[in-house]
Amino acid sequence: MDIKDGKTVKGINFVDIRDAGNPVELAKKYVEQKADELVFLDITATIENRTTLIELVKKIAKEINIPFTVGGGINSVQDVSKLIQAGADKVSINSSAVKNPKLISEISKEFGNQCVVVAIDTKFIDDEWRVFVHGGRTATELKTVDWAKQAEQFGAGEILLTSMNNDGTKQGFDIDITNKVSSAVNIPVIASGGAGQKEDFKNVFEQTSATGALAASIFHFGEIPIPELKQYLKNNKINIR
Amino acid sequence: MIAIIKYNAGNISSVKNALNRLGYNSIITDNANEILNADKVIFPGVGEAGSAMQYLKERGLDKVILSVKQPVLGICLGLQLMCNFSEEGNTECLGVFDTQVKLFPPKEIVPHMGWNNFSSIKAALFNGINANADVYYVHSFYAEICENTIATCDYILPFSAALQKNNFYATQFHPEKSGDIGEQILKNFLEL
Repeated sequence: MDIKDGKTVKGINFVDIRDAGNPVELAKKYVEQKADELVFLDITATIENRTTLIELVKKIAKEINIPFTVGGGINSVQDVSKLIQAGADKVSINSSAVKNPKLISEISKEFGNQCVVVAIDTKFIDDEWRVFVHGGRTATELKTVDWAKQAEQFGAGEILLTSMNNDGTKQGFDIDITNKVSSAVNIPVIASGGAGQKEDFKNVFEQTSATGALAASIFHFGEIPIPELKQYLKNNKINIR
Repeated sequence: MIAIIKYNAGNISSVKNALNRLGYNSIITDNANEILNADKVIFPGVGEAGSAMQYLKERGLDKVILSVKQPVLGICLGLQLMCNFSEEGNTECLGVFDTQVKLFPPKEIVPHMGWNNFSSIKAALFNGINANADVYYVHSFYAEICENTIATCDYILPFSAALQKNNFYATQFHPEKSGDIGEQILKNFLEL
């Protein structure tokens, strides 16, 4: 769930953002539907909104009984500490990790590497996969696979890999970069961006080493109910909860 | 009143939240009297074994935990600290369960993180739970199977998913994060 001013929103290719409802209510619905984990990303992440986010995390932690990750605007171990105390199980860092990779080790040393998700937004440009920061607005020089490996070395416990080319398009996860990253590292990789049909989940699990797949729009707007998706994957011999 | 042992381990509030959802009051405490007088004691934790044991010893909590007569439930690091010894920081632990805690060999992704099943031998803790139910794990170290093992899980190798000896219970997985199944396990413990 992308969170803006305490509400769930969803964009296409990281823009054209529309409202998708109350995050606590959505979270409860997903728990009932047996989602395995939830991810909340504060896409505004301004200083004024931090208090709103912490309050939201507390509410979510009270209501749900499955693991959840919170990200957006985390720049220090103190920021992480506040979110963990509010009840988050993991934190996701993105731009701040690119700017200062040591932050990954600092957080992992303090809270354990299981707690540190490094989110990577990537786009295929000039014949290569490159890392983007600041909510996908700024290109970096980093090559995606290299950065994923570095993040692992710095102590990341998990990689949340979003293909910006695919995000919100419902054309399927990007098999190419998901495969490259998930074979290059020995930590869980969550594929994100582009889920539109049940087959997309089957493909990403069959064709890459991703351990998880994340989707937003198709769940928020009820296009694919989670129980139906899980049954489909089970029928296709994919080992899921 | 349920006592949740307070020590330098992360995200203890999630256990408190889970107890609230089940309608139980709890306190997070490192006070010996509060722990010894509680109806049930929960020993949670995600953290590092060496520094966690040191913290417990400095406050005399190691002896307090061992002298509790009511049911005690160790979760994750709590389970590991209730074993004899942990390879994590080469730590002498509480020695409730007669087994060792070892680091997973790096044959697959470590930590073992996510949903996985457990096969349970008949135990009160698992009343009403189907065989091979999925629960949530996050750990890099595991307790070897021993005579106190009441449930096993197989990841890289078979290990103790749950242990019990007298009034001491422990789960490697996180019941407070394991959806309905986890809630049932917590409820079973609270109703012991």
